[in-house]
This record gives sequence, structure tokens and C-alpha cells, in this order.
Amino acid sequence: MSSTPSDIRTIVDDVYRRESRRVFATLVRLVGDFDLAEEAMHDAFASAVEKWSSEGVPDNPRAWLVSAGRFKAIDTLRRRTRFDASLEEIARRVGDSSSLPQGIDDESIEDDRLRLIFTCCHPALGRETQIALTLREVCGLTTEEVASAFLTSPSTIAQRIVRGKSKIRDAGIPYQVPSNKDIPERLASVLAVIYLVFNEGYSASSGESLTRSDLSAEAIRLGRLIVDLMPDGEVIGLLALMLLQESRRTARTSLAGDIILLEDQDRSLWNRDHIAEGHSLVERAFASGVSGPYAVQAGIAALHASASAPDQTDWGQIVALYDLLLQMGSSPVVELNRAVAVAMRDGPAAGLPLIESILATGELNQYHLAHAARADLCRRLGHRDEAISSYRQALALARQEPERRFLERRINELQ
Amino acid sequence: MKFICFGYLDESKWEGMSEERVKAFMEECFAYDDELRRGGHFIGGEALQSARNSVTLSFQNSQVVVTDGPFSETKEQVGGILFLEARDLNHAIALMSKHPGVKMGPFEIRSADEEINALVKNRTV
Repeated sequence: MSSTPSDIRTIVDDVYRRESRRVFATLVRLVGDFDLAEEAMHDAFASAVEKWSSEGVPDNPRAWLVSAGRFKAIDTLRRRTRFDASLEEIARRVGDSSSLPQGIDDESIEDDRLRLIFTCCHPALGRETQIALTLREVCGLTTEEVASAFLTSPSTIAQRIVRGKSKIRDAGIPYQVPSNKDIPERLASVLAVIYLVFNEGYSASSGESLTRSDLSAEAIRLGRLIVDLMPDGEVIGLLALMLLQESRRTARTSLAGDIILLEDQDRSLWNRDHIAEGHSLVERAFASGVSGPYAVQAGIAALHASASAPDQTDWGQIVALYDLLLQMGSSPVVELNRAVAVAMRDGPAAGLPLIESILATGELNQYHLAHAARADLCRRLGHRDEAISSYRQALALARQEPERRFLERRINELQ
Repeated sequence: MKFICFGYLDESKWEGMSEERVKAFMEECFAYDDELRRGGHFIGGEALQSARNSVTLSFQNSQVVVTDGPFSETKEQVGGILFLEARDLNHAIALMSKHPGVKMGPFEIRSADEEINALVKNRTV
């Protein structure tokens, strides 16, 4: 096979995009260290450009890269042990270059991706560290990309990642998929990280909007990956929930960047492909037998998505799903959403006392949407002064610019 | 890997317990310690006197100052330490999750710093 050097570079770049995170995940297992694995992976891709030009592209580029990366890591360790005797233990574990690496078949490599995800989302790490490590190590985003998505400086993110990696090493966090008994709890932490990444891209209004939607796309990609590797009901539910919310992205803000409420959205702008996929995933999640909070929230989102007009929404079914969600674990925010759904089903007069009793507990006093929900029901009931005073309370607490503009508009309409 | 587990407890809650309950609780803990020992996981442990009877040494204005009591006034104090041998952090968490002591107060699990321990061990006196 004859290929020009530029052909080879294109091929290697393509393999890099598709395989580099898999190769990395497997190298972490084989060499037992994140930084060494990262360095070895880059060395392996560099030598691929050279070797594949002269020897041709191997049948299994992934296995070739893993094997080359491991040799590179062994070389590096040999060089370093000359200066640092404490590395001998690692060098022994990695083995010598004459032995073949264990477990580089496709199945073990897919397991390695799960190992990497569970390690980056280990509960011994703080939530911010889990998020930074997952985006950096699992998704392959650069430190600068992670920083710009979270509106922090690259040095802050770099420090978070370095500390996270040293904690993995020094605290003895193992590179493994948890045992069956621990999966529900550990999976919850992985799903929480993915959903936070999604919401950061979906709800945050500040920063460059393009970067933010990239973040949601990254979360959906992660969701798909885990659905492939571990098709648990809640994993499927989370992917469905993200797709159904994402389907409304273009309809939920005006060209000027103002919020458009669900009831006022142009439903023809909703992404039908996302909705169709979301629907079939919701069915799959409920059919799996164990439906958790993500699947139920996806069910609610699916009911909204299948209504052709706001007054076609099945509010009775939505209230029932909120009841189910409350049974799984009570939360004042879920109660608030349920109260709004009751107001839609039975009228604002039925919802108002529910919202007022939630506000009376004091738990949501600092939550602008609780005041905005009360304001909205008062407005519908014609209680003008009460509505204005609640909108003002909401405005005092709201942090996002489009939300503030929306509340100001409502106050002006009433005055 | 060697892990050091700090068992915290709320001393006022502990002192408010009846003698029988304390005795029953200790028996439960000892029984689980024995189980850890049989598996080769129990390297050692110490129960501690009340934090009220502790002193804190600190370095202020170029001299060592002795003060009464623990460094920080928190509700929960270290009540005992346990040296644990485990494969990795997940294994240590699994072993300590079954320890009855966790019902009395939280455990903090820290891995030993083998680098510094090796320095100490290799010192020639």
C-alpha cells in the first residue's frame, strides 16, 4: 500500500479523533498512571505518523497504538528509574517490553472507558473535580476549553485536574468499575456529573453561547456512551431527558436572547429527531422495570414534547409523574413544579395555596423561580399588587440577564 | 495499601449513653475488629481518652505554646484510630462501611504516606 505522508497524517488525525480516548483509557490501566498514560499516548500517535508511512496502516490501529504506547511508557519509566528508585515498583508492574500487554481486545478496551468514567467520578473527589476530570480525561477537552465553558481561568481548572489526579493516586482510588452492589450509588454520581455538564450548557446565559451548547452536546455524547456500555434504566432516562430538553433549545430564546416560556414557544422549531429518540428512550427506560428520578423527569418532558399546543398538554398525567417523583425523594423544587402543574390542570386558584405553603416552609425563599411562580398565578387571578410584589422578589434574586429582563417586562406590563 | 481510619464521635452523646448500651456497642465493635483481624486487615488501633483531656502544642512568636483541649471546637472529636490494610480505597471503604463504629460517628479514611514512612524507616540512627 502506498500512501503519501499527507494521506497518513489525515488517517492518523482521524484515528486520533475516534480512538484517542479509548487508547488513553486502556493505557491508564496498563501503566497505572494518568500522566504517564497521556504522554505515552501522544508518543504513540507521533510514531504512528512515521511508522505507518513506511510499513502501512495496521489492521487494528487501536491495538497497535495501545501496544506502542505501552512500549513508550516502559522506555520513559526505564529512563526515569535511573534517577528515581521509587519508580521501580511502577516499572515492575507495567512489565517489560518483551511481554505482550494483557487485555487489549475490544471488550477490555470498552471496559477501560467505563473504568475511566467511574474513576473520574469517584465520590472521594469533589463535584467540581469530578466534572473537570471527566471533561478533560473522558471527553478529551483541553484545559482551556473546560475553563472557558465554566467561565474560570485555565490555571484554576489545571490546578483542579492536577489535584484530582494526585488524589486518585495518593488516596488509593482504584481504576475499576465498581462491584454490582455499589453500582447504583456510584452510577448516581456519574449521572449527576453528566447532568450538571448538560445544564451548564443549557441554562447558563452568560458567556459565549456557542461554547455552552458544545457543553450540552458533550453531555449528550457522554450519555450515549454510557447507554452503550451500561444500559441501566436511569442511564437511558437521563439520555432521554437531555435529548427532550435539547429539542427545545432554539425555541426557548428569541433572536435578542430573551426567554420564551414553554407555553409561548413556536413548537414547529422543536427538534423532531431529538423528540422521537427521546420518546423511544423513555419507553425503553420504563420497560426496564426500575425507573428512577431521571426516567420520570424524562417522562414529564416527553408529555410536554408530545403536546401539539399548550392546551393539549396532559397535565393530569404530568401531576401523576410529579407525585411519583416525590415518592422517590421529596424535594421542595419538585413540590413547586408539581404545584405549577396542578395550577395548569385545575386552574390558578388550586395551585396558589400549594405554592404559598411551600414558600411558608422558608426552604425556597432564596429561589427566584418560586417567587416567579407565585407571581404568575397571582397575575392570572387578577391579584395585581401581589403579583408585582412577588415579581419584584424574584427579580431581586435572579442572576441571569435574560431572566431579569423577562421579570422586568412582566412588572412593566402590570404597572 | 495501609489506611489510617479516624473514628469521630460526639462526646456528649457518647457520655449520655447508658452503661449497658456502651458495653453492647463496644462488644459489637470488638467483634468486627476480630473479623478484620482474621482477614489480615487489622494492623492496629487505639481508643482515645476524651478530647477534654488533650493538650495542643503550637508554635507562636518563635516559641512552643501549650493550650488546653483540641485545636478546633467542633461537636465531633476523634475518639479512636484504626490501622487498616486494604487493596485500595474502594476496598477500605467496603471494610469500614461494615464497622459498627460508623453508627456512632463518621470515619475519615486516609492512606499512609509511604514515601515519608520509607524516609523514617531508612534513617540510620
